Amino acid sequence: MNLREDFGNEQGERAEGAEMGSELHSSDEELMLEQALKNFRLSVHAWSAAELSRMRPAVKIQRQRSWRPAMGWALAGVLMAGGVSGGFYERHEKELRTAAAARVAEQQRATRELQAREDEEDLLAKVDSDVSRVVPSAMEPLAQLMAEDETR
Amino acid sequence: MEIAGREMETAAEEFSRVVVLLRPRIFRFLLASTRDVDLAETLTQDCFLKAHRNWGSFRGDSTAMTWLMRIAINLQKDHWRNRRMQFWRHTLTNAVDADEASEWLASGESSAEQQLLAKEQVKHVWLAVKELSERQRTVFLLRYVEEQELSEIALATGLSEGTVKAHLSRALGKVRAELGGRR
Repeated sequence: MNLREDFGNEQGERAEGAEMGSELHSSDEELMLEQALKNFRLSVHAWSAAELSRMRPAVKIQRQRSWRPAMGWALAGVLMAGGVSGGFYERHEKELRTAAAARVAEQQRATRELQAREDEEDLLAKVDSDVSRVVPSAMEPLAQLMAEDETR
Repeated sequence: MEIAGREMETAAEEFSRVVVLLRPRIFRFLLASTRDVDLAETLTQDCFLKAHRNWGSFRGDSTAMTWLMRIAINLQKDHWRNRRMQFWRHTLTNAVDADEASEWLASGESSAEQQLLAKEQVKHVWLAVKELSERQRTVFLLRYVEEQELSEIALATGLSEGTVKAHLSRALGKVRAELGGRR
């Protein structure tokens, strides 16, 4: 980019009046300015090219978009499976608890029955014992009669 | 019906070619304007989105590059206004500074001394660019980074060629002063 192309040279075209002419300087300064502008341009081009090459290509963006729903579905599947298996586990645990409670209740009922039976037997035994003690004295006159008959 | 479909297909293909061809230049201009990679990328995407919506109304009075550059310049202006005059301040917080920006050098510089000199020059130009007004910066970057003709710059900015030259002259004056020359 030649600066004189933009503003003409000092002997030639003056594009924007006196202000333009004041920007034209010695050839050393012009060379330095041109070199600086060239370096600046190349630097910006290099920076931009580097940043562009660093950017994600469209295909990659598509891929990233495509695994997101898949990951979402997988996560939903895992959650659903977890929920279902949790439900089954909970139900199984409940059944086990119910069975255990039923077993305990059965054992308690059997124990109670056994206890009741034992109590009843004890009571009957006591009654028998009482009766066995009472009956002989009640039968005593009859026994005496029978003894008298035998002596006659 | 089929003809309309084919026309739409052709327009889409044309637009795709334009994107591939001109996106790097639009991004480069916006990167140089903002020195903020993320912002430049966002504005570039906005530019092509807007262009895509209005592609049907592009009549080819100017080149696609000039048309796109005009959209990019307007988007940059809108962004600046939306930020309530804080665009440049905001940009500075995310933008790389002149030192960092001047780290990028073309691979052609052979000796270490040449590289150092080039880096110093680039840094001083960045410092000068930072001090330019919005219009001066736009015109300066279009001319000395994008190497556009004055007539193209005038079309893209909506300014007359004379005004473009005046802005360029003032911008160069500031660059020259920063580089150590007389103001």
